[in-house]
Formats: sequence, structure tokens, C-alpha cells
Amino acid sequence: MKRDAWQPVFLPVRRRSRETSDVVTLEFDASDASVAGDAGAGMSAGVGWNGFAAGQFNMLYAFGVGEIPVSLSGDPADPRRIVHTVRGVGPVSRALAAARRGRQIGLRGPYGSRWPLQESLGRDVLIVAGGLGLAPLRPVLLHVLRHRASYGRVALLCGARTPQDLLFRRELDGWRRLPGLQVRVAVDRAGPDWEGDVGVVTRQFAKVRFDPLEAIAMVCGPEIMIRAAALALENLGVEADRVHVSMERNMQCAIGQCGHCQFGPRFVCRDGPVFAYSEVAAMMAIREL
Amino acid sequence: MRIKQTALITVRGLADLIQALHHRGYAVVGPTRRDGAIVYDRVDSVGELPAGWTDEHGPGHYRLRRRDDAALFGYVVGPHSWKQQLHPPRRRLWRARRSDGKVEIEQQPDESPTLAFIGVRSCDLHAIDIQDRVFVAPEHRDEDYRARREQAFIVAVNCTEARQSCFCGSMGTGPRADGGHDLALTELLDADRHDFLVEVGSERGQALLDEIATRDASEADHDLARRLGERALSQMGRRLDTVGLKQRLQGNPEHPRWDEVASRCLACANCTMVCPTCFCTSVHDSTDLDGQHAERWLRWDSCFNPEHAYVHGGSLRPSTRARYRQWLTHKLAHWIDQFGVSGCVGCGRCITWCPAGIDITEEAAAIRDVTVDRSTTP
Amino acid sequence: MKTIEDLLRSHPFTEGLDEEILRLIAGCATNVVFEAGSYLFRADGSADRFFLVRHGTVALETFVPGQGPMTFLTVKSGEMLGVTWLVPPYRWAYDARAVELTRAIAFDATCLRDKCEADPHVGYELMKRFVPALVERLHMAQIQIADIYGPGGSK
Repeated sequence: MKRDAWQPVFLPVRRRSRETSDVVTLEFDASDASVAGDAGAGMSAGVGWNGFAAGQFNMLYAFGVGEIPVSLSGDPADPRRIVHTVRGVGPVSRALAAARRGRQIGLRGPYGSRWPLQESLGRDVLIVAGGLGLAPLRPVLLHVLRHRASYGRVALLCGARTPQDLLFRRELDGWRRLPGLQVRVAVDRAGPDWEGDVGVVTRQFAKVRFDPLEAIAMVCGPEIMIRAAALALENLGVEADRVHVSMERNMQCAIGQCGHCQFGPRFVCRDGPVFAYSEVAAMMAIREL
Repeated sequence: MRIKQTALITVRGLADLIQALHHRGYAVVGPTRRDGAIVYDRVDSVGELPAGWTDEHGPGHYRLRRRDDAALFGYVVGPHSWKQQLHPPRRRLWRARRSDGKVEIEQQPDESPTLAFIGVRSCDLHAIDIQDRVFVAPEHRDEDYRARREQAFIVAVNCTEARQSCFCGSMGTGPRADGGHDLALTELLDADRHDFLVEVGSERGQALLDEIATRDASEADHDLARRLGERALSQMGRRLDTVGLKQRLQGNPEHPRWDEVASRCLACANCTMVCPTCFCTSVHDSTDLDGQHAERWLRWDSCFNPEHAYVHGGSLRPSTRARYRQWLTHKLAHWIDQFGVSGCVGCGRCITWCPAGIDITEEAAAIRDVTVDRSTTP
Repeated sequence: MKTIEDLLRSHPFTEGLDEEILRLIAGCATNVVFEAGSYLFRADGSADRFFLVRHGTVALETFVPGQGPMTFLTVKSGEMLGVTWLVPPYRWAYDARAVELTRAIAFDATCLRDKCEADPHVGYELMKRFVPALVERLHMAQIQIADIYGPGGSK
């Protein structure tokens, strides 16, 4: 079969769980793909799945509706499970979020650059997630927890609109109880039952113990939040080349050929979505870039 | 590529060349006159070439005029480029069928004909090489493009005249073909003769040339061809100053010139349509009425379309100013970071086909470093 | 037994503050405790106090008819609470509820205002400490209003 980078492989939804009113997590099993593949080539028609690196994404296709990039939100140590957390905001994402078990979804990937797990070995790690940004960072946290001794102090900072919009809530409760993990959560607003913090998540940096001179920060969320977090980190002594961010742009091909995801000279699908902040800070300050 | 061999052929020889290509199963595409323009279309015989026609170019201006000779290639470029053939405006990527809860992508045999191009100008040759860097070089190559491209037989034509929009000279992309062709022709025409100096650029080209009657090209023939090339070079209508251009464009995103050009630009996307290197496409997924068959098509798109930079919540580049800046900065600066060369080949089409007459060389020159008292508010 | 001045000295608000001024404003201060769930003050009430939170968490709430109380900010140990007392008509614009047991230093607003009025130097030293906290809250509010996590999204 001729290898074609445009053709998705269709897999049935194996599990589906609702995270919030508009966010759903879908799980696929790579062994459901009827084609085996050559190593390292990624998945598209003719080639199989060989796992992914934290930070990467797949293109997910809802039959007849369209295709969008969705970050992989599962455990990178599990080579068979393919996990995606989708927010239904447009026709394609809503169709994906509505997919029931057994529904055939097209997958292509994995694509993109990865979070700097290698670079972070032996260092303090700050995971800063805003809203849906926790999804592409979850693989980082799972990896770090699995290899806990290889990292220094680890902190997870989560921001969300309201407590009901927090992702992976049950897991989050579990993470909060882990002795080797600092977890700080802040929401933009809350009802009277919320006993946690209300305010912007960047305010939480002051409450986290870490060495700003060697820590690595990984930030994902809306661009405003990314910039605010990077600025706050810089003020604390974390230089821009140790802050890594995940960018989002219009992606259609995911292979650097349709031109849509360009961010300055970078193709976000191929040079990103993970970038060192030092690489993109100046561009993020330019309006309508 | 070094010239392997040269020869001289007559107009009859060119006719035989076209027939030889037909006999080998090529679909020959070349310049023809249609709707007041010279466009690239199927050419079955030499008689379909626009003999005795020439073109006038200027900002927002294009006209055909009759020549006072019978030159077959006495014009430069039209609104078409070869990307129409190699990177088609509409292409179906795949078709899928859903039944019993399973989805199957239907394999389709490749039915595209093997192409031969007659009359490829040097600027367009460079443009083809540039698009190769987009589609063939990277990790995920476009197999469709690669196949069409490798099989395409290229008969280039060295320009002997330049037009007002032309600036291949300053881009180092012409007027003479310097590689990537199978054969290159220079039209030698005066009162006494109508010949073509043929330069062989590949083994495939040599093989085809061996099938037709040729004469040896003389020293004088080579001399004439060279002088005609120099004449074209001296006639360049414009020049693009590329020294320091990349830094200037990437370093001045808030230059007042962007506002100025935005007041003239209509965001009509003509420039991107006629540009031989612009490659943006958009994916269109659709289904039939019963929802059981789906297709994915790829269509030309343009960064001037507001939805080009759409993410949920809206377009990231809603203003014409931002889109023009994106196009120009990408074409003349970012492209170099991405593909190692400038995205512009100096063909001048964007100048000719801009209804507002915007001149890329003028805009590039205007973005000079200025101390602008603007601060980006966070 | 720690005096009110000792407690004041260990609060970040007074960092770098002249010892003389600290003793002066200590005259307006008392040590207070709020049980979890009790209110430090209520919207429309007289804004007659200013607080420095020593331990605990205070939720600032606005009551939205049809929705109930909405917390828009939490104030924690080491932070200050209440600026409405600086500006007439001195009426609280929101509720402040202790989320957990909260200890604070409460200042009588009239006492503090009088002392600032009497000596501009004292006034300015205190303003230099109120304003950064206010500015930080304004900036936070800007971002919270942008609703960056909202469905409309924000890029």
C-alpha cells in the first residue's frame, strides 16, 4: 500500500469520559488499527502506531465533518493507548466530543515537537496549565511521576475558569495528595463551596518552592496566560530559554505544506507546537502576527 | 548543471520536438493565446503557440499586442504559472466509504498524465525548484507532487526580452535558464532566419533531441544567444534590493508603511494566485447526503483570506495590514529561514495582476529602519 | 505574649517601614480572629476597617442574583484586605468571608485616615504599600475579565 501522509487510519472509540460540560476525553487502542507499521514512521494509511512523545498531537478526523489537531493527553509509557482530550467549540471538535464508543474516528500522527523531558532531568520542574492546556501537559506529569527520582522538586499549577472547568478532577485530587508533588490550583471565579484560591494562576508562583536558577517550566494555555506566566517566571529568575510553551495555530495538513500554521518563520505543526519561550517571546508581542 | 551539448533547430524542428513528446505519451502544455492573455494550456502542435504576439506589463496592467515578426516566444509570463500543473488548484486527496460501522478509504489509481512543459522561463524554473523544497524535500513528502514533478519533461525558453514588471536579474533567477531543465531554447529570429539554439540539460533531454533533425550551432549562434540574454537583462523593468532585506522585514513589524500599503491593498489574493511559489492550500472535508461517503479535497488558499489564520474564537489576522505584512514578510524573509532561498523569483506577476498596482519591489524598498516612536502595550 | 507591634512587624506589609510609623499605626490596630464561614464585612456595610491577613484565607464575593455568591478573589496570609475605606462614601462593595479560620490585624479606618491626614509622610509611606497591591489586583481583574478560558476562547 502506498504510504500517503494525508490518509488517516480509522480507529473505534474504546472509552469516552466527560471531563466538563464541553470537554470529553476519548481513548483509542492502537491494536485496533488493521495495519502494522515500520518503526518511527507514525500513523497514516499504510503505517502503524509507535507511541508518542509528550507534547505531540494527532490530527483527528470526524467522518465527513473535518479534521483538527488535538494534543495527546495520555501516558507516553503506554504504547497502545491513544488518548485525546477534546473541547467542543466548533463543528469538528463538537462532532469529536460527541463521538460514542465504537464510533470510527480518523487519526493521523503523531506530529510536532516535544516537551523537554530530557533537558529537565535532575532539575526542578514547573508544570503550568491554563484551562485545556492541562491536556497536553498531562503526559509530562505522568512521565515525571513515573520517574520521580530523576527530577528535583515538581510543581503543578492549574488555572481554570471555574472549579467545574477543571480537567481530570479525580486524578487532580489524587495528585494533590502525593507527598512529592506541589499542586496549586486557582480559578477565575467560584461559588461558595470552593475552598481553594480564586485569582490568576500566575499569582501561585510565589507559593511554590523551586530553584529559579535551574528549574524548567512548561506552560500551556491561552496566549495571554502564557505571556503572563513567562513574565512572572522571568521576574523570579527563570530565564526565557528554560521556559517552554505550547503554541496553537490553524492546522490543516500537520506536515508543513498547507501554510496555515505559520507563526513568523516557524511552522507550528513541525517546528512546534512546543517552543522555548526565548524563541517566540518577541513574536508573541507582535499583534496579529 | 553544465550544458552537455547544444544544437540548432528550425521551427520545423520544434514542431517535431512537440510531436516526439506526444509519441512518448506526454501531455504537452505550453503557451497559448486565450481571452486576451497568454496562458499555459494543452498544445498539440507548434501552430498553437502564440506566434507574433507580445505582452505589455505594468502595475495593474496587462495587454497583448501584435509583434512585427513571427516570434513564437516573444512575450514573458502570463497569469498562469507551472504550479497550475504541478500543484493543481483542486485535487482530491482521498475518498472514503462508511459501512457497518467501519470506514474504508478507497484506493484510486493515479490517472494524471505525464506532463511536458514547453516554454518554461528561468524565473519559473527557479519557482519549480522552490516548490520542490516545500513538497519533496521534507519528511512528509507529497507523493502526488513528487511523481508529477519527476516525470515532467521541461523545455525551457531563455528570455530575449524583459518587460516592465520583470526583475529576475536582481533576484539571480534569470533571464537564462541555469539548471533544472531537460532542454532550453533560445529563439534566434531575424529577417533571414528563424532558429532555436537548443541547450541540453539532462540525459532525458538528450535522448529526445536525438530523435529530431538538428544542425550544429555555430560560435556566432552562441554569441547571438548570449547577447540576447544580455539584452533581456538590460531591459529589466525593476530591481529588488535584497541586501539586508530579510532583517529589515523581520525587524519592522510596526513600520508605518504597512498601514500605507494596507490602505491600497484590496486583499483580493490575486498576487498569491499568480505567484509561482505561493503554495498555501486548505483542506475541504465533505460528505454526500446519506453521510456514507466522504471526500477530502485540497484547494489553493491564500494568506489574504481572513480565515487563513482562523482559530476558534476568530481570525488571528483580521486586518488587511496584518495579512499584507504576512505575505510580504513570508515571501521575502521567512521563506529564507524555512527553505534556504527567497520565495520571490522576480517574475513580476504580482505587480502586473494587482488591481491596485502595488509593486513588491517598491514596498520592500520602503521598509527601511526608522526610529518609530511606538511601544507595544502588553 | 506578642504585642500588636510584634505581629505588625512580622507582616510583609510593614517591610521597610519606619519603626516610628509602625508604632504610630499600631495605635489604630487590634488582633482579630474569624471562624470559618464568618464574614469580615458585608457589601454596603460601613467600610470602617482595614485588614492585614496573618493566617487563613478570605474569599471576596459578589452576590449575583440568580446565581448566588460568586468569589472573584481569594486573599491569603501575608496580604492586605480592604481599600474602600480610603475613598468616600466608605461603603464596602463586596462581601469578605473567611474560608477557614483566619487571623488578622484590623485597623480602625478613621484612626488611620486621621494619622495620614496629620502627617503626609506617614500617608505616603502607607500609600506606597497600598498601591502595588491595588495595581496587582487591577491587572488580575483585567485578565479575569478577558475570560481567557471561556468558550469564545482567547488567543
